[in-house]
Amino acid sequence: MNLIDNVLFVGLPYAAIATFLVGAIYRYRATGFKVSSLSSQFLEGGGIYIFAVLFHWGILVVFLGHLIAFLFPTATLAWHSNAARLIADEVIIFTFGLAVLIGLVALFIRRLSSPRIRVVTTGMDIVIELLLLAQIVLGLWIALGYRWGYYWFASDMSPYLWSILKLNPQIEAVSAMPAVIKAHIVGAFIIIGMIPFTRLVHFLVAPFHYIWRPYQRVIWYWDRKRIRDPLMPWTETRPRNN
Amino acid sequence: MDIRSQISMVFHLDKCIGCHTCSIACKNIWTDRKGAEYMWWNNVETKPGTGYPTKWEDQGIYKGGWEDVGGGISLKGAGKQKGLLNIFHNPNMPVIDDYYEPFTYKYLDLIESPASDDQPTARPISLITGQPIDIKMGPNWDDDWSGTPDYARNDPNFSGMSKAEQEAMFQLERMAFFYLPRICNHCLNPACVASCPSGALYKRGEDGVVLINQEVCRAWRMCVTACPYKKSYYNWHTGKSEKCILCFPRLEAGLAPACMHSCVGRIRYLGVILYDADRIQDVASASEKDLISKHMSILMDPFDPKVIASAKANGIADSTIHAAQVSPTYKFVKEWGLALPLHAEFRTLPMLFYVPPLLPVMASVKEVHNQEQAAKFGPIAKIWDDNWLYDTSTEELWGTIDKARFPLKYLANLLSAGDERAITDRLKKLMAVRIYRRWKTVGDIPEAKANEALNGAGYTAEMADDIYCLTSLAKFDDRFVIPAAHREHAIEMLEFTGDRRGTVGFGFKEDTMQRGL
Repeated sequence: MNLIDNVLFVGLPYAAIATFLVGAIYRYRATGFKVSSLSSQFLEGGGIYIFAVLFHWGILVVFLGHLIAFLFPTATLAWHSNAARLIADEVIIFTFGLAVLIGLVALFIRRLSSPRIRVVTTGMDIVIELLLLAQIVLGLWIALGYRWGYYWFASDMSPYLWSILKLNPQIEAVSAMPAVIKAHIVGAFIIIGMIPFTRLVHFLVAPFHYIWRPYQRVIWYWDRKRIRDPLMPWTETRPRNN
Repeated sequence: MDIRSQISMVFHLDKCIGCHTCSIACKNIWTDRKGAEYMWWNNVETKPGTGYPTKWEDQGIYKGGWEDVGGGISLKGAGKQKGLLNIFHNPNMPVIDDYYEPFTYKYLDLIESPASDDQPTARPISLITGQPIDIKMGPNWDDDWSGTPDYARNDPNFSGMSKAEQEAMFQLERMAFFYLPRICNHCLNPACVASCPSGALYKRGEDGVVLINQEVCRAWRMCVTACPYKKSYYNWHTGKSEKCILCFPRLEAGLAPACMHSCVGRIRYLGVILYDADRIQDVASASEKDLISKHMSILMDPFDPKVIASAKANGIADSTIHAAQVSPTYKFVKEWGLALPLHAEFRTLPMLFYVPPLLPVMASVKEVHNQEQAAKFGPIAKIWDDNWLYDTSTEELWGTIDKARFPLKYLANLLSAGDERAITDRLKKLMAVRIYRRWKTVGDIPEAKANEALNGAGYTAEMADDIYCLTSLAKFDDRFVIPAAHREHAIEMLEFTGDRRGTVGFGFKEDTMQRGL
């Protein structure tokens, strides 16, 4: 049992994180052309609408919920010491989890049933969608069956994740977790490791820089001010286009 | 003043014969690939008609371009708020059925089908799915369909015209149409560039060509919505957007873009225009009635010493300034005031200008009796037994413009943001040159009348001759004045050595232009 736990909760996370980092950086730098959200709205625009919105906003909120509890465990515990806040937050995250499930199932059906979408579907798309589907089902199951996740995530899971990051893995708490939660953790690391090999790379290039970028972009191939600078020796900047 | 140089274009619509050679030249070079089959970076539309993609001009549907929001402009269907909020699903994006589903035929069935009593047929199959389809639309599906309810009558440019005026256009005796060739306008205020969340689109500083960096495009699809001309296309296979690149590899080598080079009617002109980049926002925010005049005013006189000084300070080469001084497009647009931008009300400041078509507007159909004439023909002559004459005579001076069979409002909606005076002005000038040339070559018009026409248009005889020469006689080098891009620099821009800066030769060779997983 100990060996399996070590493989699943120490070996797998490090392998996944390493694969993710090396793979994502390599894919971005060496094959920038392959980094795309590969939207299929153009081929089939009607059915995608509500489900793509449900899925994406759902997964954003659910991910954010996990992230906050992971990053700020003490604050999370303190905030949720109030029962009303705890219930409200759990209900919100669960609702968005349901949105992910509904959206994902509908998009999966669309992907398989529309002949046009099947043409732009790779094997990896199916694999990652099935993994995400399993992950969200497990997540919803945990939310229902092992309630008040904000408590035990902040007190048990967050220290485990931090111990992984600090290169001093402590797996006592996770080895004692129920099998469903263990499966959810393993699923999460598998997905992280697979990101560079799937279309999930598109969330790494989410265009936040658009917010503070000026609208228009003009690119010059050469420094237009320096071309005609009489003080500039020719050897350094050749006069261009003249 | 911040003077920059822009490659601009003029299309002379009177000369367009609608042969689609430009489209084919472009397709063969650039879009004959999987995922790009449906794209026509260059297309030719019949006007009145719905165009490609269907009703692209109707921004109520596609929400393209900029809109005046009182004191400023903002993107109609994209931008920082709308774009990022709609990033998971873009509600204003055309889908493939708005263009057409690309298809081919199973030609092999003609050869391989077993012997039978029936003729074998080549069924159409989709180029997307490979399955048999019923063709609903194809390239130039509405070609020459003027007057038809499905196409011409659904043209979005009839706004502001009464039902009677519209119907009058479609009476058989009055029916007229003309061709509208379209490529990317390489705008000064491009909505596609502004809408791209990734920053993949950019305008080249040196020549103003608008391009998409394929390595940075992430398929957020906002440019497809934002371009009001629908000249940014989504490649469904690679998951990247693509658009007309104005054949920049050809331009840099001093060659004309393929569509322009191959133009049978020689309707296309290309040259440098110097413009004042400081005034872009001011011009794009102008009130609708000032749009055309302000658009013209941002194009600067290349002989003005102040303009030249500012251009030089910005590093614009002497060769480029010289090209601007002999630019055919500057002459058509500014010097002679003959050309207008397409749909200036989209506020992208397009740099492709059109000389409005005179012929369909002015020509009329008259009843004549030609039996006497027909009797003189030999026995093998083909004689039509109708009595209608397509009359394009130029005897009447200004009267014909006001009685034009083609409502000027329609042309105004298309080419001058609804301003009929701008259209009338251009047509009168075209007419004046015709009358002047008729006096000079045919001689059945008195000289006084020819001079009166020129005076009315504000032209001298030399200008009229120049217009005539550039319109009718211009050779390749007169129509395309391409500034020297200097081969050594072009090669530097183009050449891919296989390595990137900083890789010290280590890397994995990979088919980098393949679709991602």
